[in-house]
Amino acid sequence: MGDQLATGSRRGLKPALPLLLPAYLWLTVAIFLPLSAMVFFSFMTDLPLAGKEWAFTLGNYAAFFSQSLYSTLLLASLRLGLEVTLWCVVVGYPAAYVLAKVLKGRSREAIFLLVILPFWSNGLVRIFSWAMVLREGGILDTALNAVLPFKINIDLMYSYPAVIIGLVHSYVPYMVLTCYLTLQAIDDSLLEAGRSLGASRLQVLKRVIIPLSMPGLIAGAALIFVPVVGSFMEPRILGGRTGTFYGTVIEDQFVAVFNWPLGAALSFILLAVVLIILALAAPVLRRAG
Amino acid sequence: MRMPRLTAFLTATAVVVSAFTLSAQAAEEVHVLNWKGYGADEPWAVANFEKATGFKVVNDFFNSEQEMLTKLRTNPGLYDVVMINAAFNDQAMAGKLIQPIDVSKLSNYADVSKDKAGSPMLNHDGKVYGVPWVWGLTALAINEKSFDKPPTSIAEMWDPAHKGRVIIRDDAVEAVQFGAIASGQNINDIKDMDAVKAKLTSLMPQIKTFWSSENDWNQMVASNQIDIGTYWSGSADRAKTHFKLPVSLVIPQEGAVAWLDAFSIPAGSKNVAGAEAFINYMIDPKFYVEWVTKVGAPVSANTKAVAALPADAFNRKVMGSPEVAKRIQFQAPITDEQREKYLALWQELKVNVK
Repeated sequence: MGDQLATGSRRGLKPALPLLLPAYLWLTVAIFLPLSAMVFFSFMTDLPLAGKEWAFTLGNYAAFFSQSLYSTLLLASLRLGLEVTLWCVVVGYPAAYVLAKVLKGRSREAIFLLVILPFWSNGLVRIFSWAMVLREGGILDTALNAVLPFKINIDLMYSYPAVIIGLVHSYVPYMVLTCYLTLQAIDDSLLEAGRSLGASRLQVLKRVIIPLSMPGLIAGAALIFVPVVGSFMEPRILGGRTGTFYGTVIEDQFVAVFNWPLGAALSFILLAVVLIILALAAPVLRRAG
Repeated sequence: MRMPRLTAFLTATAVVVSAFTLSAQAAEEVHVLNWKGYGADEPWAVANFEKATGFKVVNDFFNSEQEMLTKLRTNPGLYDVVMINAAFNDQAMAGKLIQPIDVSKLSNYADVSKDKAGSPMLNHDGKVYGVPWVWGLTALAINEKSFDKPPTSIAEMWDPAHKGRVIIRDDAVEAVQFGAIASGQNINDIKDMDAVKAKLTSLMPQIKTFWSSENDWNQMVASNQIDIGTYWSGSADRAKTHFKLPVSLVIPQEGAVAWLDAFSIPAGSKNVAGAEAFINYMIDPKFYVEWVTKVGAPVSANTKAVAALPADAFNRKVMGSPEVAKRIQFQAPITDEQREKYLALWQELKVNVK
């Protein structure tokens, strides 16, 4: 049986090769090669440009452990990642449920379009739009003061909440889309069966809907958590003086101080930490699913 | 996370691609690398220069001195003219990024003030590596709406009345030198780093955000979100003259950081003649007077250009006054070790603010 399967898959591989080739070629050129170059850079003392002297060193990785600055920032970034993921679940999951189970036809398409819309606009445009909304005397401040009978002062700009708002807005579509796919696949008769057997709405949600849509939740969470931990544009623009995170320090190394080796080393430490977190979380999440 | 990888990839391809395209590049083009909105890219100036010489100007920009050095390193042969703060000239020369300039080809060079042209920062082994263009101050600028009377002391930045309405540039060297002035020290020979650190630590809670470009600063004033902050003299002039913003420059009694901006020709330039013509045009009194009147600018290094301004012009009357000259400290080159030390301090301050 096993033999048969093996030969079957081997036979299947050959005709599939031309189909896989473009994807693998692209991965090699666009991801594997630059990434390898970065691994190489991260062990160098200096970039070999303009005939500069350089040697191999572990100093860039040692810098992470010798200065508390980097681990403090990494923890802050991990916390940011968790918070943003959590808010994306809170905002995105109910929306996905409504899309998958409540709305039908035209209205579903319309709402779906609204969810995807952020994907079609440029990230910087989104962030600067938030800047106009959140600042003192901005759209939110003016609108609320026009409606409310008492005077309130809304100045969320250049603060931690502003960073969270901007990031949640950017990443919530991932959560909606992944959850929508799994929620839609749940057979309605399962929910009806649960209800007819005497389960309350809450019990149906807890025992049927959430477990069955767990793969979507996990996929969405991973898709959001990983880029948010390394994010630098949103914290820099919306965070003001509180906007220093691990991602912005990496960006500084590349853009501002031209210390690519240190920037590369910091990036790979982040990659390692994220992989460890995902590996540790995998069995727990799998059991939950 | 995606960005660094992408940047690396793009840079790698850019180096390869530029090697191919350079040979095809038209010799008439002058590629200029400068801050955005800093004279060299003024449409009227570009048009005048192109009409007078027949060269075509292609502008490119940077947001920090390090980015400028990065662009020179990763695009050898692309640029013909680069604007370098004199304090970075050493580093650019040592990295073989710029070449000596034949000043006999620049008819306006003789009018450049002798102390600036002879600056040891721009001259190495008897060769000229930078033509002084303009100088100015990193001082304070205020939102006129927030003050009845302009402040005179740097201590205004620490006044609790301005809490959350102060802005400084996200730049380690500038921040540390500002701290040095606030703690009464020589910016080029900071003896007491702890005093600088203490000063900056107590400033952090006052700060609204960090600025990195003129546009940031001007927008903060336009939306009335700040009272006071560090700013460049030329930029403050431009904010007032060109953007009609309620901004005025304050040179505090404690002093201010002075800088000298100069033009250099990158090593491997494909159009040295065009570069020389462009630099000569940039230090021409006619260009300077028009720049000051139309847009606002720092102080020209060309004495004839400054003399061509009206007698009551800020750049002639205030910036040229001996009383101001006594207070300002010119930036000297900074070693890599110093820079790393400043950066570490600055990052620590930014992290501890949370």
